[in-house]
Amino acid sequence: MDKLVAAEAWTRADLLGLEHLSAEEITLILDTAEQLKTMTGGCAGKLDLLRGATIANLFFENSTRTRTSFSLAARRLGADTIDFSSSGSSLSKGETFIDTAKNIEAMNVDAIVVRHRTPGTPHLLAQNVECCVVNAGDGAHEHPTQGLLDIMTIREQRGQIEGLTVALVGDIAHSRTARSNIWGLQKLGAHVIVCGPSTLVSRHWEKLGVEVAYSLDAILPRCDVLNLLRIQFERQLMRPFPSVREYALLYAMNGERMTRAKKNILIMAPGPINRGAEITPEVADGPHSVILHQVTNGLAIRMAVLWLTYCAANTGAPS
Amino acid sequence: MSNILIKNGRVIDPSQGMDRVSNVLIEDGRISAYDVKVEEKPINGSMRLIDATGKIVAPGLIDMHVHLREPGREEDETIRSGTAAALAGGFTSIVCTPNTNPPMDSQGTVQFVQRQAAEADNCNVYPMACISKNRAGEELAEMGTLVEAGAVAFSDESSPVANSELMRRALEYLLMFDKPVLNHPQVAELTADGVMHEGLVSMVLALPGIPAEAEDVMTGRDISLAESTGGKIHMMHLSTAGSIDMIRRAKTRGVRVTAEVCPHHFSLTDETLRSFDSNFKMNPPLRDSEHLDACIAGLTDGTIDVIASDHAPHAVEKKMQELDQAPFGAISLETSLALVITNLIQPGHLDWMTALEKMTINPAQILGIAKGTLQIGSDADVTIIDPEDTWTVDPEKFYSKSRNSPFVGKSLTGRAETVIVAGRVKFERGS
Repeated sequence: MDKLVAAEAWTRADLLGLEHLSAEEITLILDTAEQLKTMTGGCAGKLDLLRGATIANLFFENSTRTRTSFSLAARRLGADTIDFSSSGSSLSKGETFIDTAKNIEAMNVDAIVVRHRTPGTPHLLAQNVECCVVNAGDGAHEHPTQGLLDIMTIREQRGQIEGLTVALVGDIAHSRTARSNIWGLQKLGAHVIVCGPSTLVSRHWEKLGVEVAYSLDAILPRCDVLNLLRIQFERQLMRPFPSVREYALLYAMNGERMTRAKKNILIMAPGPINRGAEITPEVADGPHSVILHQVTNGLAIRMAVLWLTYCAANTGAPS
Repeated sequence: MSNILIKNGRVIDPSQGMDRVSNVLIEDGRISAYDVKVEEKPINGSMRLIDATGKIVAPGLIDMHVHLREPGREEDETIRSGTAAALAGGFTSIVCTPNTNPPMDSQGTVQFVQRQAAEADNCNVYPMACISKNRAGEELAEMGTLVEAGAVAFSDESSPVANSELMRRALEYLLMFDKPVLNHPQVAELTADGVMHEGLVSMVLALPGIPAEAEDVMTGRDISLAESTGGKIHMMHLSTAGSIDMIRRAKTRGVRVTAEVCPHHFSLTDETLRSFDSNFKMNPPLRDSEHLDACIAGLTDGTIDVIASDHAPHAVEKKMQELDQAPFGAISLETSLALVITNLIQPGHLDWMTALEKMTINPAQILGIAKGTLQIGSDADVTIIDPEDTWTVDPEKFYSKSRNSPFVGKSLTGRAETVIVAGRVKFERGS
């Protein structure tokens, strides 16, 4: 395992978001994920780096792919996993989420992977439990492993992030993927554009060095990467645009728009995708799409994060 | 009842424009004389001497916006614990809000609160009663009988009056009784699921926002209704540059509008929410520095008449929830005065006279109560303040039942040292 000594440079027992990570830390995760991907033969094989450790998935919000990905990543490293799902508020059972988490921690888990509809809940959790906490999505705030797997996929395809123009398209307001991507991409030197309906793209992003655009057609020729975000209907109180039809006319990536894009453009989507709304099937399944690479890299990133946080919390692998 | 001679303090009484070192004599529960020579008054069993050298002797402070929670939410606060906290904060009179359960929309509830306050025997408690029956915003509560029972002001409190016709009628009807309507100006449809101030920080944290315009829109409406009816309106806990500017302009036209701000709105910004600590979740929300500066400017130029705490206790387990589930509000009776001193007086935004005016005679006049003054013959409600005492906020030491302070661990300067209500020493720090 001496190839993974880079873990010593990682000091965080929790991964709560990308906003407060340095470029070096992000690069370290990406490098570790690439190594693990190689060591597992493309995330297919098993290692025993975390044998004896127990990872708890604590999901207060529905999720299929992220939870599955974390579970599989943990098992690929030899850890045991337990799943705890509760779609409703913990309060409905008369228990605070901190009580719930402490109960799970008392089962001697080494890490809690948490998803919650409310921003900041993983941060509060981390203050209240001893074990590692990994944010698997807190409301529309952050989804660090999604941001990392997107960035890993871009780096894999292009060799580097610096100097690329990456557009995040769609429902920026309600997207945790957007926020984690913005922080990570900016730190690694990309030019980030947020593009979507003006009701879903705040002007405040400009103050943080992000380009704000409302016309996909206007920015399309400049983009090296398009990340097409899902419209988060479930988080919107009042639909912020008149119809899906109008949205698709303005923002859907389709075959016609592909003819006006750079020849080597990368098409990404965090999934699940609304085919027809954000992306047409010909593009989703076309040669520029790296959507399924993203899924595979998700495993690599989650292996890396579980491994690194574990090592930081325990100063080394399980004995 | 023993008499008291307060010796050598700096007496600041905005109601008389008085600011000088003097000896104040209290006899039979009233202010009876100034400049009394100590040697002429035998100190014995019936005369107590309080040395106020280096201290400020002020009219008993008034907080016109306090949630005592009783009846209905005694797990958060009781009238006994809340009034004890008020005394420790230097307040001799408080106005308690009607968002209780049952709400204060009938003589019965008002009388219950008065009886509990009398039994607690801490500070004076003046009930604020509901504008509408059951605070439902539909029909007027029986305001005449509520005035008779002792209500000094009317508000639906945390349920802003959305119906403009109801607000207009309330302002008109209360003209008969010369009582003010107090409103929390906020348009519900603009705040929906809001957790914090809408701005750059809410965007980054992805927390639903409460935009400034939610306050501005209703403030504009309330000013219009007060102007057309001639009624008295008092705007509670203003937090935005827009609403404060509207008040400023309305006052120049002679509209009978007054306004308050809370210490947290001139002390903290929305940046604090980056901690995701629910103790920073309040309504109106902590806003950005531009709005904070507007609150201070409003205090400085006199647009803002009153500093009130909006003391809002919540039991620990309620604030321990996820940020969207945790209730709005912070305890503030025991930090309010120190925040005024630390964040307004020390930096030079307000002098002592102006600051105390907003915590004594101004609220008294808005409420129409004979308090907030040290004139000879008035009730001897006196707050002796140590302006130099530097202390660290530790809610575990508070008299309030709740612990939800956004100032935990902060070092503040100044606090009440001795508090006298109707000639009786009700609070002495360290005793």
